[in-house]
Amino acid sequence: MNALIRLENIYKIYKIGDNEVRALDGVSLSIAQNEFVSIVGPSGSGKSTLMNVIGCLDTPTSGEYYIEGTEVSKMRDDRLADIRNTKIGFIFQSYNLLGKLTVIENVELPLIYMGKPRSERHALARAAIERVGLADRENNRPNQLSGGQQQRVAIARALANRPPLILADEPTGALDSRTGAEIMQMLKDIHQSGNTIILITHEKEVAEHAQRIISIHDGKISSDSEVTHA
Amino acid sequence: MNISQALKMAFQSIAGNKMRAFLTMLGIIIGVAAVIIMVSLVQASTASITAQMESLGTNMMTVMLTGRNSSRNLSVADMQKLVDDNPNFFNSVAPSVSGSPTIKAGTVNASTSLIGTNQHYSEINNTPVESGRFITEADCTSRKKVVVIGKYIANKYFEGQDPAGQTLKVSGQVFTVVGVLTAKTTTMTEGSTDDRIIIPYTTAQRLLRNAEIRSYSFQATSSEVAEQASEKLEELLLKLLGSENAYRVMNQAEMLENVATMTGTMSMMLGGIAGISLIVGGIGIMNIMLVSVTERTREIGIRKAIGARRKSIMSQFLIESIVVSCIGGIIGIIIGIAGTYFIGKAVGIEAGASAMVMLLSAGVSVSIGIFFGWYPANKASKLNPIDALRFE
Ligand SMILES: Nc1ncnc2c1ncn2[C@@H]1O[C@H](COP(=O)(O)OP(=O)(O)OP(=O)(O)O)[C@@H](O)[C@H]1O
Ligand SMILES: [Mg+2]
Repeated sequence: MNALIRLENIYKIYKIGDNEVRALDGVSLSIAQNEFVSIVGPSGSGKSTLMNVIGCLDTPTSGEYYIEGTEVSKMRDDRLADIRNTKIGFIFQSYNLLGKLTVIENVELPLIYMGKPRSERHALARAAIERVGLADRENNRPNQLSGGQQQRVAIARALANRPPLILADEPTGALDSRTGAEIMQMLKDIHQSGNTIILITHEKEVAEHAQRIISIHDGKISSDSEVTHA
Repeated sequence: MNISQALKMAFQSIAGNKMRAFLTMLGIIIGVAAVIIMVSLVQASTASITAQMESLGTNMMTVMLTGRNSSRNLSVADMQKLVDDNPNFFNSVAPSVSGSPTIKAGTVNASTSLIGTNQHYSEINNTPVESGRFITEADCTSRKKVVVIGKYIANKYFEGQDPAGQTLKVSGQVFTVVGVLTAKTTTMTEGSTDDRIIIPYTTAQRLLRNAEIRSYSFQATSSEVAEQASEKLEELLLKLLGSENAYRVMNQAEMLENVATMTGTMSMMLGGIAGISLIVGGIGIMNIMLVSVTERTREIGIRKAIGARRKSIMSQFLIESIVVSCIGGIIGIIIGIAGTYFIGKAVGIEAGASAMVMLLSAGVSVSIGIFFGWYPANKASKLNPIDALRFE
């Protein structure tokens, strides 16, 4: 199998005084190119922790993590920044847009850090914004947009650098069901066009949009199964 | 990420919080303006003092008799003898006694400064008469009650008349005005060098109740021998008085040097005080930048999550603090130039901010931006992305 990411025996242990919280307790998993995977589990089970490790925002306490065959679990700060920039697009529950920048400036940010020249940056950012259907709002600021529109801007930003992997942590959590469904449709389209998507959610219906569902409990994978679409 | 991007980000962030940026700059603005104003004013007054002293002539030297460590006192005749015995060094000597008597003409009453001297004073000290005549040798020998008045006094007491031949009461005694001195200043205000009177030294000694003459000005035969003449004078006085403490000889060159060191010290001191306010301004910048890093922790987290390296975050904050301090510096320079001009005008010296001072303070403000921006920027760049993203 051609694995895009591979985790082997990943532990993330928080020590608070004498207490030890095993947020990830020996997780091993492998996700192939162009899979659409949901990660589900009750609150506090370690979903976000797993997503942060996969997204290189956090380093595991122990274990090995490979992206496209390269070990990243022992990489230093700036190398990880480059990995996040080129390999991963993030979609957060709370959008995490920069309020002082316009839509297009927000979408351009990853391209700036990538070092793309201005003209190319504009073209790529515009293409991403068009893809999420916000071409007419590119000079608005985030606070002039609805929640669903803001999440679409975040999706455009995640797509701007054309990373292979899209990570979405509860992307519909803050949205009503109709807007949530729109966002899910958008993720499916992105998947269709070749991206690998990892979606974290605690809603069963949302999880079932994926091809594969991984459940975790208390930091351990409790089940890992293909979805059979009726 | 390149510089123009970082600059754009800095301006965006400053524009997003103008009031705060202005308050941050205030320290730098005040510091830079203060340095420029103070140093420029001191430089300008030094220049004007120097010019004034040079106008007195460079071949003049003064002798002060301190009376210390010597039982002997030298008379005007003794001094004249020094001149007569050394004609290749000295042209002439003028004694001077001073006082501040009240003068009265008609019903107008005021106090002024008085100098008692002889006929040589006019030439040695470069104080020609504009009309009438100066003190003569005969005036001195016969203790005439004649007076040469400054231009300010002529204007004030004898406006529209010829002062020559008029009478002026000095300390209650009646004097006849014989001449008016050429104006030394353009403004001719009260208390300036134009507010004074000159009378024969013999008359002055009596008027001031037998005042001893302790001050003499000598004229060297030329400015080339001035230095040697001054040494010769010291040698002669030492021989006569037997102690180096009994007299002091100062020549123009030395006095100019004294002024230069004095004003140099003053400009360093004032510049230093103003410099402290620059440092305070810098600490202000550091303070605000630290607050700004904390406030923008989430922003930093987002930027890091989408791929900003340490260097990018670092340069974003560093450039922001440099931009803030540079804008502050530029405003400070403008205020400094304007302030120098207006304050200089108000106190009557022609002052312009020197390019040196402006360059210096511009450099200082950039350095402050770098120096005090470094710590907050470094702190921001080292934030862990996940902690920064979780920050509320
Ligand atoms: N920085 C931290 N310090 C200590 N404990 C932490 C830290 N971050 C997470 N944890 C603990 O790790 C466990 C997993 O947390 P995580 O955020 O991954 O849960 P989650 O599955 O995302 O929950 P939710 O569905 O509520 O978002 C929890 O018990 C949490 O308290
Ligand atoms: Mg979570």
